[in-house]
Amino acid sequence: MTCRRTGLAGVGLAAAAVWLMLPPLGDNLRAQTGAVEVIPIVLGILAVAAGIWTLARGEVRWGWGAIVAGVLGIVVGVAAARAGVGHHEAVFVWSSLLAATLRWATPLIFAAMGGLFSERSGIVNIALEGMMLMGAFFGIWGSVEFSHWAFGLLTAMLAGGALALVHAFFSIHLRAEQIVTGTAINFLALGLTGYLYIKIYGDEGTPSELSTIPDIPLGPIGNIYFIGPIIDGLNLMIWLALATVVATWIVVYRTPLGLRIRAAGEHPHAAESVGVSVYATRYLAVTLSGVLAALGGAYLSIGFVGSFTENMTVGRGFIALAALIFGMWKPFGAMGAALLFGFSSALARALPEYSEQAALLFETLPYVLTLVAVVGLIGRSIPPAAVGRPYTKQ
Amino acid sequence: MVAPTKSNNEEAPTTLTSRLSLYERAGGVLTPLVTTLLAFLVAGLVILVSTGKNPLPVYRGILDGTGLPWLLHWLVDVRVIGGTQDLYPTEADAVAVSAISLQQTLILTGSLILTALAVAFAFRCGLFNIGGQGQYLVGVIVAVAIGSELTGVPRGVHVLLALFCAGLAAAVWAGIAGLLRATVGAHEVITTIMLNWIAYWVGSYLFSIGGPLQSDTQKSVPISNDIQDSAKLHVLWGGVQGLHAGFLIALAALVVFWLVIDRTTLGYRVRAVGANPEAARYGGINVPRSYFLAMAISGAFAGLAGAIDILGWQYRFSQLDIQGSDIGFAGIAVALLGRNKPLGILFSALLFGALLTGTSTRNLNPDIFDPELAGNLTLIIQGLVVLFVGADVLVAWLWRARRKVRA
Repeated sequence: MTCRRTGLAGVGLAAAAVWLMLPPLGDNLRAQTGAVEVIPIVLGILAVAAGIWTLARGEVRWGWGAIVAGVLGIVVGVAAARAGVGHHEAVFVWSSLLAATLRWATPLIFAAMGGLFSERSGIVNIALEGMMLMGAFFGIWGSVEFSHWAFGLLTAMLAGGALALVHAFFSIHLRAEQIVTGTAINFLALGLTGYLYIKIYGDEGTPSELSTIPDIPLGPIGNIYFIGPIIDGLNLMIWLALATVVATWIVVYRTPLGLRIRAAGEHPHAAESVGVSVYATRYLAVTLSGVLAALGGAYLSIGFVGSFTENMTVGRGFIALAALIFGMWKPFGAMGAALLFGFSSALARALPEYSEQAALLFETLPYVLTLVAVVGLIGRSIPPAAVGRPYTKQ
Repeated sequence: MVAPTKSNNEEAPTTLTSRLSLYERAGGVLTPLVTTLLAFLVAGLVILVSTGKNPLPVYRGILDGTGLPWLLHWLVDVRVIGGTQDLYPTEADAVAVSAISLQQTLILTGSLILTALAVAFAFRCGLFNIGGQGQYLVGVIVAVAIGSELTGVPRGVHVLLALFCAGLAAAVWAGIAGLLRATVGAHEVITTIMLNWIAYWVGSYLFSIGGPLQSDTQKSVPISNDIQDSAKLHVLWGGVQGLHAGFLIALAALVVFWLVIDRTTLGYRVRAVGANPEAARYGGINVPRSYFLAMAISGAFAGLAGAIDILGWQYRFSQLDIQGSDIGFAGIAVALLGRNKPLGILFSALLFGALLTGTSTRNLNPDIFDPELAGNLTLIIQGLVVLFVGADVLVAWLWRARRKVRA
């Protein structure tokens, strides 16, 4: 199996991450560059990326091997590189970094799961960005209007679903080019949320006193060594996101509905011939994608930041799309990719000593990795067979 | 059933190319016109419902901000068209302001023509280039680098060199997507989206504080150096930020586009591949080569757009400009509304250039309508136009109507 080679390469990269940091090589590198921790981190991330890739393509053992090796490579490599840093401090740094990873990954996970339903049913969804933006705005609006975050989530889901219905109607019934419709939806969402934001909140911005989604304290569990500080006090939405991944997996692979969705996306004519309504299935899947993407957006506004600004998603919908492609249109694959991209975002902000510049270059990582994934001659990302092709009833 | 079916046993158009041929046959000029009217109508409703204002005076205010009334200033008082009698004491004042607004509209029109051509050229080859924004940024970056860092070059050479390198670099950038499509079949929409964001962040890095292209004089501002005087394009009409020679470049590009597409073997190959890649391959056309060339030429158009903006009026670029820039995306709307034809693109670029200028904070009178709201209204109109044109709702309707007449 050629995929194994990628996994093997990942393990090799992880080994290199550690090896380069050990004396005498590490000392020389330190003397020359100063920014020596970057090396194991970059190599480790690449190793994890190779692992997720391999995993999503069916080579479970090599995939997990590369992921574990990559994470170990980062931890051990960085520890070796800054041997002077106290042990306790290091633990603190790592647990906060991993908690930050979860925070950054959550909106991506929601949107990626949304995209998964839509694309698995055969409808390309590059409008995830717009749907997230709708969720972000209407999350705030509902939360302010009805003074409770739960209503914020509800209005966000309704708004995202409504926008997705527009995408669904034009793509399914009118058989429009789905990419054109998606582009239009992104314009519309940007204009609509910007318009309403200025109209309703004007120059003062969204109110600072508003009901936000609560963090979940775990009590005594929070005292567990290393794990405790990571999972204690995480936002409710983070747990919801992880639950959504499991639910998505169950729905897609273990229910009749999931079978219908996949059939509609792979071979709609065959699906229709056995009595599945391709139109109804696709409508449902696209609407669901809007609802989920909007949840990701709502987490950004009323869970994470606590305010709304125009175009606040800045491309996160597209990173979610990237995660979906990198994860081979599979729930856990996409989640793994979202976590990796979240980690690179968290890391970029946790490395102030390498200046903002390094952080800016780090932001390109999800996109570069996705390019590699679509291109990769071995185990290339192959979309559902009928994705993007309008279906005509016989 | 809403969509058209030509006859009972023939399948309705489902691919990009069959849809394209439908565009060719049905619609004509009428479809884009009706689509535009419909979009403005919906936007008018948004104004009416959300603010309770009559949309017509708002549109009149926007029209005044576009400077288009200037074109009629020999015939009528521009204050009558714009409804600005209270604002300007004399007609000469109003004409002067109108002229400056029109210069801005035309500057924007030039850039939009080029980013729209970037979409249109690929489209004629059956490719959807939504990477115009990234290719535009690559053009901007290269133009800034060559315009500001290179010294001691004669003026004509400097300008040409900057234009050439910006176009070439953007062609290479778009060519990556074309190459990937040609060799491994990676879908150009996915790759161009990724390339857009890579260009966005690399650009942010280059202009960041301490970044390679950051200003030498303003150490605490994430902005580039100003370009040399020798790299600036001629200003044809007006003073500072007047209409520059880049507009002529854009017009020339329209002619080049038409020549290449309709009058060369390359254009024939591109159109053949766009119409039916399988048939083109049987006919002996090298399909992968056409994909690559179409994307590269598309990229060159977008890169030129970035270059004329820098060399023509902006002269420098900042991180904020990267975040605020969406001219490459607007090019998609322009190309679709212009039905990927040179003349159509000229008119729809003028429409969007006017709309964007007329609703800008600088040109729209805040007493008439809040410019910030109007700016977002422009985005809504843009979205509606793309939605309606892309869905060929009207095309389908007209097509059916025609068939009924014939039958």
